[in-house]
Amino acid sequence: MPEDPIRRKLVIQYAPKLTACGVHLAKGGVRILDGVDLEVESGQFVAVIGPSGAGKSTLLSLLAGLESPDAGLVEKDGVPLVGPGAVAYMPQSDLLLPWRSVVANVSLGLEATGASKREAREKAMRALERFGLEEFARVSPWALSGGMRSRVALLRTALLGRDVLLLDEPFGALDALTRRELQEWLIGVRDELAATIVLVTHDVDEALLLADRVVVLSRRPARVALSLPVELERPRKMAVETTEEFAQLKGRLLEALGIVH
Amino acid sequence: MKPRTLKLRTVRALPAILLALLALAAWELAVRVFAIPEFLLPGPSAIAEVFWESRGLLLEHAIPTAGEALAGFLGAAITGLLSGVLINRSPLAERALYPWLVASQTLPVIAIAPILVTWFGYGPLPKVLVVVLFCFFPITVATVDGLRATDPDLIRLMRSFGASRRKTFFMVEAPGALPFLFGGLRLAVTYCVIGAVIGEWVGSSKGLGFLMIQDKAQFEIPRLFAEIAVLSAMGVSLFLFVALVQRLTAPWTLRER
Ligand SMILES: Nc1ncnc2c1ncn2[C@@H]1O[C@H](COP(=O)(O)OP(=O)(O)OP(=O)(O)O)[C@@H](O)[C@H]1O
Ligand SMILES: [Mg+2]
Repeated sequence: MPEDPIRRKLVIQYAPKLTACGVHLAKGGVRILDGVDLEVESGQFVAVIGPSGAGKSTLLSLLAGLESPDAGLVEKDGVPLVGPGAVAYMPQSDLLLPWRSVVANVSLGLEATGASKREAREKAMRALERFGLEEFARVSPWALSGGMRSRVALLRTALLGRDVLLLDEPFGALDALTRRELQEWLIGVRDELAATIVLVTHDVDEALLLADRVVVLSRRPARVALSLPVELERPRKMAVETTEEFAQLKGRLLEALGIVH
Repeated sequence: MKPRTLKLRTVRALPAILLALLALAAWELAVRVFAIPEFLLPGPSAIAEVFWESRGLLLEHAIPTAGEALAGFLGAAITGLLSGVLINRSPLAERALYPWLVASQTLPVIAIAPILVTWFGYGPLPKVLVVVLFCFFPITVATVDGLRATDPDLIRLMRSFGASRRKTFFMVEAPGALPFLFGGLRLAVTYCVIGAVIGEWVGSSKGLGFLMIQDKAQFEIPRLFAEIAVLSAMGVSLFLFVALVQRLTAPWTLRER
């Protein structure tokens, strides 16, 4: 971060929220990311899709600061990311703790970063109330349905109050119906979250339904095969999926994925 | 506990109780039919009679034995837990300590007991130490395994929050190790009465182990059996005590998944 306060302000104002620039990463001798470029504007919702094993989760953990690239740069607000803790990250499995009730699971992140237990629980309780989940507050996670578990894990991530949310296939493990429900829920709460969002998914429809821009990763080693702005009107309804425009965008994404020629 | 689950439990326990009653009846019958002398094998009724007559004496000697077993178990829980955490936290400690801990388990504790008595006298201390030697290893191993079994994704999640290693340990790794730890405690607690009795056999002036040696010398065979019954009741109670602590402090560890 620049020392000069004016320059600092300019950097924050005009730099993209999140940047990955020529990012390379190999693991165990396997090249996974091979020069990935990504730029996410403040407040933007970007979906990342790609074949299974392409390196989507790897890219996300780089953006989360959990790993650092072999070459290239990851920046937040124009400043290189030095470690985890700057953004909110939701891993691919929900990882709810069986010894904590729902409200205690939601407050986990706050407690982990030094908030007092009482304060963290109160905030978690208020968040549950705001999203209409207060009746589950005292329940153990094992008693929750898959959809409910995802919601709780999402709230746990959102409650950190960070300006970037990285979501790794948050609905990947859900059945089609519940997934629809949760997608609608996410559309509904997006404004309230007031964050820049990067969402990994393997579902083309989900990407188009939720995102302002869809980034397609190629097969491993991954590069950006396509970065497609989605200018469908917002807030979107499920019905958008039957429009001509949607079909066209979907066609381009599938083509980039190498599924249709 | 709800009355329904209580009733269910009684029904579940019924076969075991019936089997025990049947075995006791067969035992009594055999002793009477074949007229087996009491100093070889007393029948259950004879044992019960002696038990009732000597109840004061048995209680008097059961108290020090139970005390040694419990103190030794608590000592083992503390040392086992600490060494387990140390081994988990420090690779150096693991390499330095673990081989010796494993090797210590091949030492015959029964052979060490006389040495402990020579060192620490006829008081309770050598007995407590024997119990600790019997019990701490399963607790150490359970702690190490439990901490090692932490889902690496959970540690990543805590890192992504920006949590310190200390917070991660106390919020995720330690509670996650509890199912393993309680497994180790339940195993260890079944050894602690045996340990106390062995300690008493080697040299003591009170306790059920001491009483057993005396009764054997004086051919008080029915009372010897009564002492064995008291010891096994003590072992079962300690096990149930640990199970109760588990139910109260970490009920989630008992849920089937
Ligand atoms: N330590 C490692 N050593 C070698 N290869 C690895 C290692 N870790 C991950 N990989 C490989 O890296 C690739 C990318 O993994 P990643 O989890 O990022 O993919 P993904 O796109 O998220 O896949 P999915 O759709 O299944 O979630 C995979 O093919 C995986 O096999
Ligand atoms: Mg993945």
